[in-house]
Amino acid sequence: MPEVTYIEHNGTAHRVEVPIGTTIMRGAVDNNVPGIDADCGGECACATCHVYVDAAWLDKIGLPEPGSQEAAMLSFAAVAQPDSRLSCQIKMREELAGLVVRMPEGQH
Amino acid sequence: MDANVAFDPREDAYSKPLDQIDVSVPELYQNDIYQPYFERLRREDPVHFCEDSHFGPYWSVTRYKDIMAIAVNNQVFSSRWDLGGVRLEDQVHGYERPSFIQMDEPDHGERRKAVSPVVAPGNLARMEGLIRERTNMVLDGLPRGETFNWVKEVSIELTSRMLATLFDWPLEDRHRLMYWSDVTVCHVDTPDAPVHSEAERYAELQKMASAMKALWDERAASNAQRFDLISMMAHADATRNMDFRELLANCSLLIVGGNDTTRNSMSGGVWGFSKFPDEYRKLRENPDLVPSAVSEIVRWHTPVLHLRRTALEDFELGGKTIRKGDKVAMWFVSGNRDEDAIKDPHDLIVDRPRAREHISFGFGVHRCVGNRLAELQLRILWEEILNRDLEIEVMDKPKYLRSNLIHGIRELPVQIH
Repeated sequence: MPEVTYIEHNGTAHRVEVPIGTTIMRGAVDNNVPGIDADCGGECACATCHVYVDAAWLDKIGLPEPGSQEAAMLSFAAVAQPDSRLSCQIKMREELAGLVVRMPEGQH
Repeated sequence: MDANVAFDPREDAYSKPLDQIDVSVPELYQNDIYQPYFERLRREDPVHFCEDSHFGPYWSVTRYKDIMAIAVNNQVFSSRWDLGGVRLEDQVHGYERPSFIQMDEPDHGERRKAVSPVVAPGNLARMEGLIRERTNMVLDGLPRGETFNWVKEVSIELTSRMLATLFDWPLEDRHRLMYWSDVTVCHVDTPDAPVHSEAERYAELQKMASAMKALWDERAASNAQRFDLISMMAHADATRNMDFRELLANCSLLIVGGNDTTRNSMSGGVWGFSKFPDEYRKLRENPDLVPSAVSEIVRWHTPVLHLRRTALEDFELGGKTIRKGDKVAMWFVSGNRDEDAIKDPHDLIVDRPRAREHISFGFGVHRCVGNRLAELQLRILWEEILNRDLEIEVMDKPKYLRSNLIHGIRELPVQIH
């Protein structure tokens, strides 16, 4: 099963197997990785599963469509950056095996 | 509808024709009898039209999923003050309050971003020590073995201090902020409301805005970096030029948002644990459950009963057609008790799986900006209650606010052992 590395804001890394088709958010929550809250349960209706996508993966993952619900929610996140995504909107697929994401200072 | 013992709300809720159900009646919340009406609506008519109410015709959205659908669809469901705003009770002509909660994009977002840094992670971390110090002081000063009002002595005491800090307002004058909070949220036809007409409400809020404007002018002229709401608005591009009316509106919004909801969750939690004492025992035995318990308390109490939207176009929901211009109430107090979304929703369960997925903070772009500050205050309160191993005995049921907007607890008599 492909793996994802989640790095907490304090630097602690968690390597987790995430099944194909499962969201990166769900991969963290189901494995008790701290730092992702996911208050809305994956509906793209809050911004509390916010991650920074590692530069090496940004091309494969891409950025949210301008004007999309995800872009709107991210624009209200406390510490958004150009590499920010909502992890509930990224589904695991083969080519993302080894993905690295970092968590922000807080999920707001 | 009075609260005498002969009146059975369940019987009433299930016997009257569906179209006669009107959940906007403030007495339902004052008398704590609203649940059976929503239970019936969720089962039989989850997207419900009430033709005739004190607040005019309106739709009620009662299920979790449907509320979510409305909340995230800000293209169709508007918050605009000039269309009536975010309460079932319309903004009254001449007294409208154009706060950012009552705006759509991009106006809402630009203004919201001016104030949101006050509750960003770094600022919260800075405030934690202060909140704990005050919480300790308040808890240590409580009487033992005599009945007192938890709302006044704890909930209001803590949240009014927090609010003064957020505005960098003189601490000794914090009761004035609480008064203006009550002025903002009240229904003016409530007999013991602090004001009795829209004109009187506006006049009181003008006094508030004048006081805020004086602080604003001082802080706008200073280049010192400050982290209070007034300084942030006075320096941000989107808000620095706002007129007096918008200043009044935003300050009254931030006063209410900055205290009222947390205040009532502080009281609601104590009431909740008195009904579910085994859950309090569970929490005492495992204080690591405090964050989860806090989310659960915020769900179980649901401090904001509803928020309203106005449809900008026709929209199909649950087999009904909401028409352009219709008022739509998202009843968070019902969505949080939706059996299809939440298992055993009427129970307060401190280790509930996915406790964070309640609907009390709303969803979508208008989601509560202060939610993490609210959680922080509640977490510290319960941590310190547990640190002292306080046993809080509730002596009588709460007295609730007459409101269809705020799930307010005015009195909660308790004794501490």
